[in-house]
Amino acid sequence: MGMAKDNQFHVLAVDDSIIDRMLIERLLKTSSFQVTAVDSATKALKFLGLVEDVASEIHQDVDVNLIITDYCMPGMTGYDLLRKVKESKSFKDIPVVIMSSENVPSRINRCLEEGAEEFFLKPVQQSDVNKLKPHLLKSRVKEEQEQPINN
Amino acid sequence: MNRLLSFLFHQGVLDEQFLQLQQLQDETSPNFVSEVVNIYFHESEKLLRNLRALLMERELMDYKKMGIDLNQLMGSSSSIGAKRVTNVCVAFRVATEQNNRVGCFRALEMLEHEYCYLKNKLHELFQIEQQRDLAAGVRYPVQN
Repeated sequence: MGMAKDNQFHVLAVDDSIIDRMLIERLLKTSSFQVTAVDSATKALKFLGLVEDVASEIHQDVDVNLIITDYCMPGMTGYDLLRKVKESKSFKDIPVVIMSSENVPSRINRCLEEGAEEFFLKPVQQSDVNKLKPHLLKSRVKEEQEQPINN
Repeated sequence: MNRLLSFLFHQGVLDEQFLQLQQLQDETSPNFVSEVVNIYFHESEKLLRNLRALLMERELMDYKKMGIDLNQLMGSSSSIGAKRVTNVCVAFRVATEQNNRVGCFRALEMLEHEYCYLKNKLHELFQIEQQRDLAAGVRYPVQN
């Protein structure tokens, strides 16, 4: 279920709004991405196999190439998710993109400083999604350089 | 673009985001726009009912809860390109931040009005498109 198809990039989209989830999923699919959409940061962590206790972080068969998440969500925010991903051994190199309906410079800076690749203002446009491929290709090249032996 | 859609753009009822939605509709997802819009209607009506209930509180008004519901409504309205509804949400949110009860009532009235108008017009739009598709089907046989 979590395996990325041959050449397709697999994007994990996180948003508590069902409408925004439908939109981002459609936008990503029309750009030929494989998409898994979840409605909370907690579910995203579960999908990645990252649980609260870092020691039980298991390297799953989950192959996610990019995470795109809403900033403002009840419970765990997109920012919290970003931090957890960047703190994890297995997933820190996955590019993370933040989406937000609010244009707050301090928020944007915080996210970028924490390691987010991009910050998209909602509603997200096709032109935003077009910016994702370079980050993904860069990650793939880096991955291939670091791990010449595949399992 | 048909005349009704032009009109709705001109009136500021819809903005370019609605066009984005239409562009995302194709053979692989032929009902995308109506699917999204129907979910929007369902969600919005629930939020509007919540807001009215919160405003009907005689005693302590939960402005914070109103703000939360408004953010949700504002977000989804903006996502489908419902510009006028979004703008009223913004004004409504300001009123909640000021604990302005009267302002909130006025904003809710306006919001309900704009939402009703939007819903009627979008239904009209879908009907026009349906009729056009039917007509096209009659005139041009299906080609593979």
